[in-house]
Amino acid sequence: MAEKILQIRNLRVTFDTPFGQVFAVRGVDLDVEESELLGVVGESGSGKSVTFLAAIGLLSSRARVTGSVVLQGEELIGKSPQQMRSVRGRLMSMIFQDPLSALNPVHRVGKQIVEMLQSHQNLTSKQAATRAVELLDLVGIPQPEQRSSQYPHEFSGGMRQRVVIAIAIANNPKLLIADEPTTALDVTVQAQILEVIKRVQQQIGTAVVLITHDLGVIARVADRVDVMYAGRNIEQGSIESLYDHPSHPYTRGLLASIPQPGKDRLTPIRGFPPNMMAPPSGCAFRTRCEFAEPTCEVDIPELRIFNDLQTACLRAQELPNFRVRQ
Amino acid sequence: MSDELLRVTNLVKNFEVRRTKNSRSKKRAVQAVTNVSFSINKGQTLGLVGESGSGKTTVGRCVLRLIEQTSGQVYFDGKDLGSMKYEELRALRRKMQIVFQDPFASLDPKMTVGSSIAEPLIVQGVPGDHNDKVFELLELVGLSVDHASRFPHEFSGGQRQRIGIARALALNPALIILDEPVSALDVSIQAGILNLFEDLQKKLGISYLLIAHDLSVVRHVADRIAVMYLGKIVEIGDQETVFEHPTHPYTRALLSAVPLTDPKAERSRTRVTLEGEVPSPMNPPSGCRFRTRCWKAQDICAQQEPVLELRATGQMSACHFPES
Repeated sequence: MAEKILQIRNLRVTFDTPFGQVFAVRGVDLDVEESELLGVVGESGSGKSVTFLAAIGLLSSRARVTGSVVLQGEELIGKSPQQMRSVRGRLMSMIFQDPLSALNPVHRVGKQIVEMLQSHQNLTSKQAATRAVELLDLVGIPQPEQRSSQYPHEFSGGMRQRVVIAIAIANNPKLLIADEPTTALDVTVQAQILEVIKRVQQQIGTAVVLITHDLGVIARVADRVDVMYAGRNIEQGSIESLYDHPSHPYTRGLLASIPQPGKDRLTPIRGFPPNMMAPPSGCAFRTRCEFAEPTCEVDIPELRIFNDLQTACLRAQELPNFRVRQ
Repeated sequence: MSDELLRVTNLVKNFEVRRTKNSRSKKRAVQAVTNVSFSINKGQTLGLVGESGSGKTTVGRCVLRLIEQTSGQVYFDGKDLGSMKYEELRALRRKMQIVFQDPFASLDPKMTVGSSIAEPLIVQGVPGDHNDKVFELLELVGLSVDHASRFPHEFSGGQRQRIGIARALALNPALIILDEPVSALDVSIQAGILNLFEDLQKKLGISYLLIAHDLSVVRHVADRIAVMYLGKIVEIGDQETVFEHPTHPYTRALLSAVPLTDPKAERSRTRVTLEGEVPSPMNPPSGCRFRTRCWKAQDICAQQEPVLELRATGQMSACHFPES
């Protein structure tokens, strides 16, 4: 069994707002194994981004975080901001949807990579500059030497995201968290960026967590998937098993609502996502679930192994078989 | 009597770029749409796909004459919109409506849902009390009658989009332009809206011009597809033909870029990944606009612009070296 890079246990994140508490993450359990690509999928408000923002220590002081996040044997929850700063960029990095806001507009991109290198490693300016060019080359930027002395505005959207990836992997982190990295990009550019991420994972051996709402993106690149709903993970497993025989009614619902060639009528999930200020008792999906019964209102289902998946559904074993494909 | 509802011929739209004070350069223009022609039959859906900057939204706005085209004609039910006077056009606008992408920006937060839906009726001077019509419309789009007195903030994204659709339906239009109608919605919600479009079309015989970047959505809804690249249609034909037998390299690359939701099929297929990104429409490449990213490009592609030609499989595409 591969070594676990990241272990998240019973992670909870609550935000205090003027209107009350928002229970954004409500007990997430999740492992990331060495050099795997884990896809985390969920709809807006499911807590997928907040889970990893909490793990990397980027939430505001308004957020109350409890539980445990262990990165390579080291507990991260409770670390001071200074301690977290030495973790970020060295052991674990995160990239986001909008590459332009992640880059400093008044510095050349080469300098921004050098800054990242020198804040964690003892490198001379010359060594760091050479390494910066190598990194730009690795993420597929043509003429990396010339490009490293250009400013972010001189790059296109896809090229900027490549620069951001270069910065994130500069110190060979063990884990790269990519939060909707291709959502702002056109599909043909998305395909390029996904290839870069896959290459980073395979060549450098960095484990990648890819957070997305797009099940197609996950199907293309991920090894394992974690499905989130209303602040909890409700199903996990290998990509083959999860798409082939999903157990959880929500995962099934998601797959059934995607338009696919040859599919005549889509099956939407009824209702809409719950208000996270007052999530439903018991299983949060029960209000939209066609299989819900009274016990679902009481017990919060835990992840249990069933049919080579981990599924958080009380009725997983009783549900009829599911076929996605015709 | 033909079944044709909308015909667009040689539509061109240039946006002039304002010169900065000190620039001595000539007046420049972005060619957002160049020589676009297509038609939509009654009760049919044409899907307009392309990446950002391909001009698909501009085409939609020109069709409604929300913006004036630089040249070209738009015929609605056989009448040339360009030669119409303001009053005539206004009367005809009843028949053409639009649903926008962002259901949060397209509804007035200070108006009740009922008055938002009734507004087109008032604007067009439809006499009488509109309550019954509003109730009927709410039910038609899958909302309930008591939603009429509520405000937009009380609704989720999917419900708001339904309100926008109800408003578009108020005047019994023959054509609705759907400009990225589901891209702001989660998939589980999106499916319900797509089903609604289908039901409304069956029930009311409406035609749609569906503008979207999501190919799987377009494939699901549209009867015919037009693929745009840098302001031009590169391939147009029946949905199934274009998706199953793309003849333009760009169409092939676009289809190949969209991930399938079946991991086995997704990982076993051969993919074409395009190099680079879409060039600036201010200065499009000579000849074929796609040639800078095309793996098949030859000298002729830079010199001579390909025209749309009928292919053996039945669609039209503009390429010197079509796929077969």
